[in-house]
Amino acid sequence: MSHRELDDMLGTKWRKPRFVPNPYLRWTLTVGFIAYLIAAYMTIDVNWARVYEGLDRGAQFVLAFTKPDFVSRAGDIWSGLLESVVMTVAASVVGILISIPIGLGAARNIAPMPIYLICRGIVAISRALQEIIVAILLVAIFGFGPLAGFLTLSFATIGFLSKLLAEDIESMDKVQAEAIRASGARWMQWINYGVQPQVMPRLVGLSMYRIDINFRESAILGLVGAGGIGATLNTAFDRYEYDTAAAILLLIIGIVMALEYLSGIIRARVQ
Amino acid sequence: MPVLERNGGHEWRRRTTGESLIRWFGWLIGVAVFVVCWQRISEATTWFFVWDAPRIADDIWSRATPPRWEYITQLGRPIWDTINIATLGTIIALFLAVPVSFLAARNTTPSALFIRPIALLIIVSTRSINSLIWALLLIAIIGPGVFAGVIAIAIRSIGFCAKLLYEAIEEIDQSQVEAITATGASRWQVMAYGIVPQIMPAFAGIAVFRWDINIRESTVLGLVGAGGIGLQLSASLNVLAWPQVSLILLVILAAVVISEWVSAKVRGAII
Repeated sequence: MSHRELDDMLGTKWRKPRFVPNPYLRWTLTVGFIAYLIAAYMTIDVNWARVYEGLDRGAQFVLAFTKPDFVSRAGDIWSGLLESVVMTVAASVVGILISIPIGLGAARNIAPMPIYLICRGIVAISRALQEIIVAILLVAIFGFGPLAGFLTLSFATIGFLSKLLAEDIESMDKVQAEAIRASGARWMQWINYGVQPQVMPRLVGLSMYRIDINFRESAILGLVGAGGIGATLNTAFDRYEYDTAAAILLLIIGIVMALEYLSGIIRARVQ
Repeated sequence: MPVLERNGGHEWRRRTTGESLIRWFGWLIGVAVFVVCWQRISEATTWFFVWDAPRIADDIWSRATPPRWEYITQLGRPIWDTINIATLGTIIALFLAVPVSFLAARNTTPSALFIRPIALLIIVSTRSINSLIWALLLIAIIGPGVFAGVIAIAIRSIGFCAKLLYEAIEEIDQSQVEAITATGASRWQVMAYGIVPQIMPAFAGIAVFRWDINIRESTVLGLVGAGGIGLQLSASLNVLAWPQVSLILLVILAAVVISEWVSAKVRGAII
């Protein structure tokens, strides 16, 4: 800072620096944002009378959480939940197994160009399609049942895990991999001793995280007929059996919390 | 690292015999669990439909191509609704997530014993339930429509945003906070000048990241009746209008790709 600038600043009050320094850009963004908010609000017609009527039911639902009903639909809840867990386990295993080679192929520093492009293409397709949309298509093709859900979750796992694994491989330490290669290792040995130890902790952590996501997603696949607890939950809502719905939601939250706790322990151990 | 003596020479091994036995046993259990899960899925599957699947897929493909391009004139309003659901939902969620995250962060919470667990419970319970399930619930309570979608997205996003934000708050540089405190600032002034400037980039990044995810999620909310382009999708699926379905899927794909591009650009500009 030159003398002049400092002299000019002395005696003037300190002002908070702005988040967006350019004033024109700042004002355009602000005005545009407010205009958008008004436009958006105008097009949402909220039926306040209906909302007011519904508050009663909302209160009932919140109250249902204090006395969830695990018993009267125990059979349905149990079989739905088991199906969700089964789908999660099978899809996570298959998804992780397939995503490892694809992740290797999608890493620019390991794979040659054609393989890289193919693997990146698979990742992009899998990530762009929503689980529930894939499930709709697979249910139409393979029929109702957990097989469609299993395929959906496996497909989604591939996109998620391969991308993050590939990014991790691309940012790995080259020196270690080169040292292994210099010892005369074959390609398989190079991957096994040069690359794998570097990415293993992250791969385990990401896999645990994906299992968690897969379970949460398996809870909604039932809405489109792809198996799992979602169908039971949907029926409970349709019949206004809030106590059963509350029980299912509590079970889902409980299992997700348990999975998160477990993955925390495992991640702490591998790192 | 164990070294075995064999045939008069030393042989290096990665693990001791006991360790490898335990690992082998762990793998055995894992494989057994997977086989059991696969059997359950296989029992619940009508294999005839699966063998027939290539023909069905071919059939659907021939029905769905080419997309009915002129239908796009009817998709303007639904896509506008979808964007509104995502944007308004994200804004509401951010307003609610900020106080929750300040209550959940270890260094800003008023009471680590009572208030922090409640904030963490809010985060976990809103995060573990998918927005489609929130939408189902809200439709039962406040009736179908865009409004239910906005609230569903908002509730689902609270946990996600609050979790990332409270982790950012816990990682701030404490010396800046101390410096502000040393000037005699009140609790609120410390927050406004010591903490907020440090988490602002993280906050903006989280907001854009979540907005991107919310665009994806809001495209399918219509499947359960919560407004947006999903309504058109489910209507077209119900009447088996496959050319319309393929056009809607293309529009959704375009929306997802554009939102991801915008979010990547904005995050690149901030960080």
